[in-house]
Amino acid sequence: MLDWKMDFTWEILPRLLLAAGNTMLAAGGGYAVAVVLGLVFALAQRTRSRTLTFIVRELVEFIRSTPLLLQIFFIFYVGPQFGLRLSPWAAGLIAIGLHYAAYLSEVYRGGIENVPKGQWEAARAINLSTVTTYRRIIIPQALPPALAGMGNYLVGIFKDTPMLSVIGVAELMHTANSIGAENFRYLEPYTIVGLIFLAISLPTAWLIRRFETALRRKMGLTR
Amino acid sequence: MKHDKRHDLSQYPLRLEGDNVPMVRFQNVTKRYGSLTVLDGLNLDVAEGEMVTIIGPSGSGKTTVLRMLMTLETIDSGVIYVDGEPLTHMEKNGRLVRANAAHLRLIRSKIGMCFQHFNLFPHMTALGNCIEGPMQVLGLSKQEAEERALELLDLVGMADKRDQHPSRLSGGQQQRVAIARALAMRPKVMLFDEVTSALDPEVISEVTGVIRGLVDQHNLTMLMVTHQIGFAREISDRICLFFDGKIEEQGSPEMLLDNPQNERTQQFLSAVLEAN
Ligand SMILES: Nc1ncnc2c1ncn2[C@@H]1O[C@H](COP(=O)(O)OP(=O)(O)O)[C@@H](O)[C@H]1O
Ligand SMILES: [Mg+2]
Repeated sequence: MLDWKMDFTWEILPRLLLAAGNTMLAAGGGYAVAVVLGLVFALAQRTRSRTLTFIVRELVEFIRSTPLLLQIFFIFYVGPQFGLRLSPWAAGLIAIGLHYAAYLSEVYRGGIENVPKGQWEAARAINLSTVTTYRRIIIPQALPPALAGMGNYLVGIFKDTPMLSVIGVAELMHTANSIGAENFRYLEPYTIVGLIFLAISLPTAWLIRRFETALRRKMGLTR
Repeated sequence: MKHDKRHDLSQYPLRLEGDNVPMVRFQNVTKRYGSLTVLDGLNLDVAEGEMVTIIGPSGSGKTTVLRMLMTLETIDSGVIYVDGEPLTHMEKNGRLVRANAAHLRLIRSKIGMCFQHFNLFPHMTALGNCIEGPMQVLGLSKQEAEERALELLDLVGMADKRDQHPSRLSGGQQQRVAIARALAMRPKVMLFDEVTSALDPEVISEVTGVIRGLVDQHNLTMLMVTHQIGFAREISDRICLFFDGKIEEQGSPEMLLDNPQNERTQQFLSAVLEAN
């Protein structure tokens, strides 16, 4: 019924696994950018400067309301006109990192706003500086509830890495396409790509949930 | 408005000097929320080592008095002095100007506060709560901070719970840890805002007992808001009755509670006594 070729499968598997490494690198790198930049976006919207808050707020809105694919193309193909000449990898990581930073900043903001006002007041009553208050009191409490959202976006960024294939990053999708075009066979490469995605996404989501529970317990946030 | 304020400030001393400088002085302090005037030209001195209790109906501005002193609220006019220095303002070129963050931090270090709902840091143990400020703000080593914290946890009877997170502690226990946390910063003034209001009746004495001990042991200046008239009578040097953002009547517990001069005071007291 299905014309699945086992020897072809074995032949292309190493190449695909190698590409899976690239996919994870792209997802991990992009996520690292997003995690840090997202926090910057979130905190920038909480400063006393109305101008800064406004600019960052609008930037986040803009990023969230335009397609990632467009942002990737824009940075890679239009960037050079502004003197920004980037490799596919660099452009890809910046685009995907920036995109997810916008989403993560909302997750952080939600987490931070969920910390009761009394925590800020107690921190002030023992005279902690603003930076120390964030670092020691607010962010540790904002983290566990934000973790679920952060985990979703980690899986999300991972699933979005195929978009980087359009600018030539040799990740899974790109490699599967090449294999398909070279051999005129798409069934095996695409199926394997799907399975690899599944094999990474599912345990990641599970691990994040475990991590969240463990973190809450360690912090004494559950009874 | 702005002009008024600048003009106003010239009437206030740059610092309080001489004998009998109060530990805390509210001088003509007004606080508004929008169009609502919560405190109207408040004048209140608290002497060093004095225990002053504020009572009064809900919404009369009691909490606001403490929150302004803790710098959790800004004030709209007047000046607050702590230990002779202006808190809400600072001296610049021989005049008072609004305090900047650094000045607020400097003067705020003399004040500690306990809240109705404890506000312990839930992700830290009892000990962790008490060493956080000393380590981060006072620059104590972990060992020094822990030694001091343990002494204080012992003082409030919570030394054996040092490694528990707040979620594992009862309300009375949490409040006692909160008192230790505040004391660990070595404040000169302690503020208590209805610290027993959120507690079950049977554990109230755990907390009042600790506060009573502070009156005896430390030469702390204390400003307390409470609805527990009996407790207030027992430990206060002076009781102030607030009404609509003003001190309606004040005096020694005996004077105010047994022989109130003012009709509204009498009404409030009989209402409270009835409720108890
Ligand atoms: N953040 C705020 N915004 C607006 N109104 C407030 C705020 N805080 C307190 N108030 C009002 O100020 C008045 C005094 O409040 P408060 O000092 O808490 O009174 P008390 O502690 O005596 O019950 C009340 O009418 C209250 O509603
Ligand atoms: Mg109150």
